[in-house]
Amino acid sequence: MSETTTTPRQTVKTVLEVRNLHKTYGNQEVLKGVDFTVGSGEVKVVLGRSGSGKSTMLRLMALLEPLDAGEVIFKGKRIGVDANNRPVRERALARQRSEIGMVFQRFNLFSHLTVMQNVTLAQRLTRKAGAAEAKARAAEMLDRVGLGSHLHHFPSELSGGQQQRVAIARALVLNPSVMLFDEPTSALDPELVNDVLAVMEQLAADGMTMVVVTHEMSFARRVGTDVALFDQGVLVEQAPPEEFFTNPQQERTRNFLRHIH
Amino acid sequence: MDFDQSIFLQALTSKEFLSGAVLSLELAAVSQVAATLIGLFVALAGISKSKTLRSLAWAYVWFFRSVPTLLLLLIVWNAAPQIIPALRDNWYSPFLAGFVGLSVVEGAFMAEILRSALLSVDSGQKLAARALGLTPAQTFLRVELPQAIKVALPPTGNEFIGMIKYTSLASVISLQELMTTAQVQVATTFRYAEFYTAALVYYLVIVSAVMVLQHQVEKRYRWVSLPAKTRPRVERVPATLKGL
Ligand SMILES: Nc1ncnc2c1ncn2[C@@H]1O[C@H](COP(=O)(O)OP(=O)(O)O)[C@@H](O)[C@H]1O
Ligand SMILES: [Mg+2]
Repeated sequence: MSETTTTPRQTVKTVLEVRNLHKTYGNQEVLKGVDFTVGSGEVKVVLGRSGSGKSTMLRLMALLEPLDAGEVIFKGKRIGVDANNRPVRERALARQRSEIGMVFQRFNLFSHLTVMQNVTLAQRLTRKAGAAEAKARAAEMLDRVGLGSHLHHFPSELSGGQQQRVAIARALVLNPSVMLFDEPTSALDPELVNDVLAVMEQLAADGMTMVVVTHEMSFARRVGTDVALFDQGVLVEQAPPEEFFTNPQQERTRNFLRHIH
Repeated sequence: MDFDQSIFLQALTSKEFLSGAVLSLELAAVSQVAATLIGLFVALAGISKSKTLRSLAWAYVWFFRSVPTLLLLLIVWNAAPQIIPALRDNWYSPFLAGFVGLSVVEGAFMAEILRSALLSVDSGQKLAARALGLTPAQTFLRVELPQAIKVALPPTGNEFIGMIKYTSLASVISLQELMTTAQVQVATTFRYAEFYTAALVYYLVIVSAVMVLQHQVEKRYRWVSLPAKTRPRVERVPATLKGL
């Protein structure tokens, strides 16, 4: 990728990496060979216009869709395929997915389950946790995101910001090695955005490895280890926030930054 | 014309009418359960990735929605044993024939209800379930199905009420259900009004009970933490006590 500029830094242990990721829907090539890495404890912020392929990259990283070409490497091992490069079975896929937390723009809480049940369901099913253990862990995690007093509410009874924090707890409770956030605040009323960002910022401070697709520039500046720009299916530029915002190397980045300020 | 109340009341409380009503309700219940299962599989086939399965599902729905239930019952009871000798045995009862006929027809209607109910489930929740590591079967059973059931409940209640009435068609295959009971009594006494009214009362009672049941079940699928009525009321300080 001649266009991509990366700043050398001291090596951190890579948690999740994609190489040469390609994805085409119909005759539209959405990802055109993306290389992207997130190391332990890093917070990689991904910016980019709507339709540039950010969500698609996250879905492929989370093994939610098959990729056309490229590889996804989790803690040094290729995932989604077996030793012979064939896609693994659904059961194995499910297990691998549970190591990677994902938070969606539209929260996607299970509307037939209470807040508590939303957070215990996957523990029971994928971690085979006992009911008491699952509940205790869920209560603790919900407390951390500030929803300890809403355990028995249903999603429809919560604000968007509260729902998103439950969604974060639901993913966190499985102890994922990395959390992927797909525009977690884009569907929220402005006054609710900060509660969610605060939870994410605390999570970053606690050392969680994170990939955050967002339009929140102040979050990118403040919390990002690196900021990357996505455009038309390629990663245009990636750099630490200071450099990215003050001294972008690529014309496309300068163009993007001009339009958001 | 007079309406003999004592004949009516006697019919209403007779063993024949009661057992006829019970038989109708039993037939309707087992047929509806079977139809729901048939409908679920046909619906799943109808939304599957396989073109063959989709075509089969379409053919099933097309055929059994088109054939009149009365005609199918006659085929199952009268024509089938002529073709399949095994069905001439005693175990092949009118109840069984009615059950088969009613469930395969109703299965086609349930398939349509369940197909649209399954399609109505938010795909984002299915995606979230998969992202959490749920297997496809777990995603279906724990996330998709409960939400589809909520959507399917009101039309299914409707179908079940229809089913109770359709059991009266089984009178043509000599099943001693409610309608047959009334017919038999009428044939010997010619008291049409009294016996038909008795049957009518039974249908009204059964359907009312089903409606109450449906309401109770739907309430359990509201997914709110507190029913509106029991929500704690905001305590108002009486004006006279303010400032004390
Ligand atoms: N499942 C899909 N089927 C067809 N096209 C899709 C699908 N998902 C995304 N796309 C297309 O891929 C492009 C990139 O989408 P997306 O990854 O959602 O972009 P972003 O998240 O950056 O807004 C868009 O043009 C979108 O219409
Ligand atoms: Mg997106």
